[in-house]
Amino acid sequence: MTSTKPAFRHPKLAQNSLGLTRKDYEGAVSTLCAGCGHDSTTNAIIQACFELNIEPHRVAKMSGIGCSSKTPAYFLDRSHGFNAVHGRMPSIATGANMANRDLLYIGISGDGDTASIGMGQFAHALRRNLNLNYICMNNGCYGLTKGQDSATADMGSTGKRGIPNPYASIDLCELAIELGASYVARGFSGDKKQLVPLIKGAFAHSGLAFIDVISPCVTFNNTSTSTKSYEYVREHIEATNTFDFIPLQREILTDYAEGTTQEVIMHDGSIIHLHKVDSKEDVTNRLNSVNKLEEEKAKGRLLTGLLYVNQQIRETHDILNTSLRPLNSLTENDLCPGNTELQKINDSLR
Amino acid sequence: MNRIESVNDFVIRFANVNGSGSASANNLFARAVFRAGVPVSPKNIFPSNIQGLPTWYEVRVSGDGFLGRRGGIDMTVAINGQTMQKDYHDLLPGGYYLYDSSKQLPEDFQRDDVIVIGIPLTRLCSEEFSNPKLRQLLKNIIYVGALAFLLDIELALFTDSVTRQFKKKPKLAEPNIRALEIGFNYASEHYQDTCGLTITKTDKLGDDILMDGNSAFALGAIYGGATVAGWYPITPSTSVIEAFDRYSKTFRIEKDTGRSKVAILQAEDELAAIGIAIGAAWNGSRSFTPTSGPGISLMNEFLGLAYFAEIPVVVVDIQRAGPSTGMPTRTQQADLLSCAYASHGDTKNVLLFPCDPRECFELGAAAFDLAERLQTPIIVMSDLDLGMNDHVCGPLSWDDSRKYDRGKVLSYEDLETRHEKWGRYLDVDGDGICFRTYPGTHPTKGAYFTRGTSHTEYSAYTEESSVYKAGMERLLVKWDTAKTLVPSPRTKIRDPKKNIALVFYGTTTHAAYEAMARLEKRGTVTNSMRIRAFPFQDEVINFIDQHQQVFVIEQNRDAQLRTLLIAENSISPTKLQSVLNFDGLPITADFITEKISALLEAGSTAGKKQP
Repeated sequence: MTSTKPAFRHPKLAQNSLGLTRKDYEGAVSTLCAGCGHDSTTNAIIQACFELNIEPHRVAKMSGIGCSSKTPAYFLDRSHGFNAVHGRMPSIATGANMANRDLLYIGISGDGDTASIGMGQFAHALRRNLNLNYICMNNGCYGLTKGQDSATADMGSTGKRGIPNPYASIDLCELAIELGASYVARGFSGDKKQLVPLIKGAFAHSGLAFIDVISPCVTFNNTSTSTKSYEYVREHIEATNTFDFIPLQREILTDYAEGTTQEVIMHDGSIIHLHKVDSKEDVTNRLNSVNKLEEEKAKGRLLTGLLYVNQQIRETHDILNTSLRPLNSLTENDLCPGNTELQKINDSLR
Repeated sequence: MNRIESVNDFVIRFANVNGSGSASANNLFARAVFRAGVPVSPKNIFPSNIQGLPTWYEVRVSGDGFLGRRGGIDMTVAINGQTMQKDYHDLLPGGYYLYDSSKQLPEDFQRDDVIVIGIPLTRLCSEEFSNPKLRQLLKNIIYVGALAFLLDIELALFTDSVTRQFKKKPKLAEPNIRALEIGFNYASEHYQDTCGLTITKTDKLGDDILMDGNSAFALGAIYGGATVAGWYPITPSTSVIEAFDRYSKTFRIEKDTGRSKVAILQAEDELAAIGIAIGAAWNGSRSFTPTSGPGISLMNEFLGLAYFAEIPVVVVDIQRAGPSTGMPTRTQQADLLSCAYASHGDTKNVLLFPCDPRECFELGAAAFDLAERLQTPIIVMSDLDLGMNDHVCGPLSWDDSRKYDRGKVLSYEDLETRHEKWGRYLDVDGDGICFRTYPGTHPTKGAYFTRGTSHTEYSAYTEESSVYKAGMERLLVKWDTAKTLVPSPRTKIRDPKKNIALVFYGTTTHAAYEAMARLEKRGTVTNSMRIRAFPFQDEVINFIDQHQQVFVIEQNRDAQLRTLLIAENSISPTKLQSVLNFDGLPITADFITEKISALLEAGSTAGKKQP
């Protein structure tokens, strides 16, 4: 049962430039387990939208099936949401986006929804570079069906069921980069400081922004032997960079040493400033990004942060050269050629 | 020997090798007959292959305007060595066998009831043309030229077509016209008064057109305002999207920007194809996906979502012979049940049954209005015969004052001025259809959560039995509303006593009408009803109730329309007798006539009691 939150809030809540408070970006009360990583991710989405001054009703929330896919009910309740079928969020998002290019699209999926049943749609949405903020809440298990291993569970990782996973795991970030994604990041639901700017960057990005959020399942996969537990992730996390997101070319103030930052100008004019541990790393180089992921994996570390970004890849509407007007706004006058043209066609068929 | 003598009433079968360029030559022939004002019905019988296998093109010429397959072959143009023998034996007694006499006919071709016409196509072609690629194509044109003489068709009808076809490349027209003349001249020198089949110009066709159903549906989608299409390649539906793309390039490019007013996406599979269409429809675009049987199977889960979450989407199913991969290039009407009840749980979908290209256009455009009015999937049931073959039909027309029926959608102003509480699944009008909103309409009102899980009238998740049940029952109210909106059946009453009735749909129509005429000549007057939609209106049921004996004619093994009639309307199974053709070829008038005659005879000898 979806329930609503108490309406009362502190009367002096901070407002953003639209005059909205953070409350205006919230949704119904979560029905997920207490401590679920997904709730933290939901909060990061709320925070990012609030800080970016996004009009809530200009966002469409899409999801598949699973615990993660329930979360669109828990944020942005002034937005339309679409909880589709298992693994098919990308195609629904594709159609919705084709119908109205003026809205912002956020797609929520999970590791089962993306890396197993939805692998095909995930791959092809990436290939098409759909303008979509694709967030995968990744906990390495199927929560709603009580904790079976998913395809992102690491080999040997053991959840509450007590049987080590015997299969190789799929690294969605590496795969995304290889499939032609234009924005790939990994976050941790327990690190909001990193996750919020990653989501903001994704909203500013034109094309498919994929964020793999490691989001522990407290009920089935938070054991001491699981590699997707809070404890394990905290111990093995490696940030490739820290991250400033500067919306729409505001004054940039940086206090980092020269040579360790990389500036990425997003399509809408926003700027991402990366403050890197290693100044040689280049997040716009695909080969470098994949190598870096593999290197850290070999060391037993989980690399997070903005992993790869490429602003040169055209998004689907640009590839198709569709009208700048939303297709769903076109009327008979725009669409119907009329009877005179039809009579010419008749003539050509005689 | 009695040779077949006939004016404007015969069947010619062209036997070719696929990938040899015969299609354009054969089309040229059919179009010339059409331009002579004579009703013509060409059918491509082709393999699931690109090059090298047998393919046939059967042209029915019927001055009486019967456009279904008749059955039997009066003349064969035998160009394929692999099938020469079979083609020879399939000819009716007194028929004509045209072959390439550059090579001698094998010795065992000894029928004494066949007129053999040898035209040395390869030799004539080699003598005239040096380009080997062109030779291959023009060999086919030479036999068309020969046919022009043999059937007494004005050569100008062919040369005009060629000139028209190569308007932009007149250099290509020249050798084609030359090839026509070579064939014509050779036949006139060697086969004077040989052929008893003749085409005589008539004005039977009036302003009719010759068009394929897939192009017609695509044009219907253009006129009906479709802006998003998701698709996955599958025979025989692919030419729908090819035509939609072609028409979009003509009609849907913004003059000032060069940008497209349509998004056509080749998806990774049929699941994504319909997902794209559903996502777009949810967001206020008219959208569709073309597919065939295997695609319908894959789309099942999504069709259930669209049914339950009430999202308008149009699917056109160009049916082919199943089950499984079946015969991908042969026709059938075998997806009725899988479409009507597509998806798990209690699901019912609205089906439309066009019978010719004009109806593909009209019902195609209407499908978008119906989908948005009813907020449910609409499946247009075409088939390979209708979709991929050219058919004679009445001209297309469009009423310029027509407005799209976008259904119950609340605008910003509606949401501003509305006083009562809005619920996405709240039926305020009693017709089972609720008001919806598009995303992004209003800053604070009208947002809702679409889901395939059970929901309240206000689109919140629920597992409350009574709420779920009420929602499912409301969908039945909507189903009843659908009956008032879908196209009504077409009935022909010739026997006021209402003894015998024929019931059919789609491409069975043409052969069925011809069978009725033949039965009437034998003294059996019948009435008919052509069903055009599912759910069935009361009119359909009343018609069946009023008749003593009802034959349901279909192109599938399991009598799927009959099953639907029995299941949905409690019609007694004993009342409906099936006439079923499911060999993958379009049903023939011969087959229907003989089958019904036999059933009637069996019925009268059994004392009118049917098992």
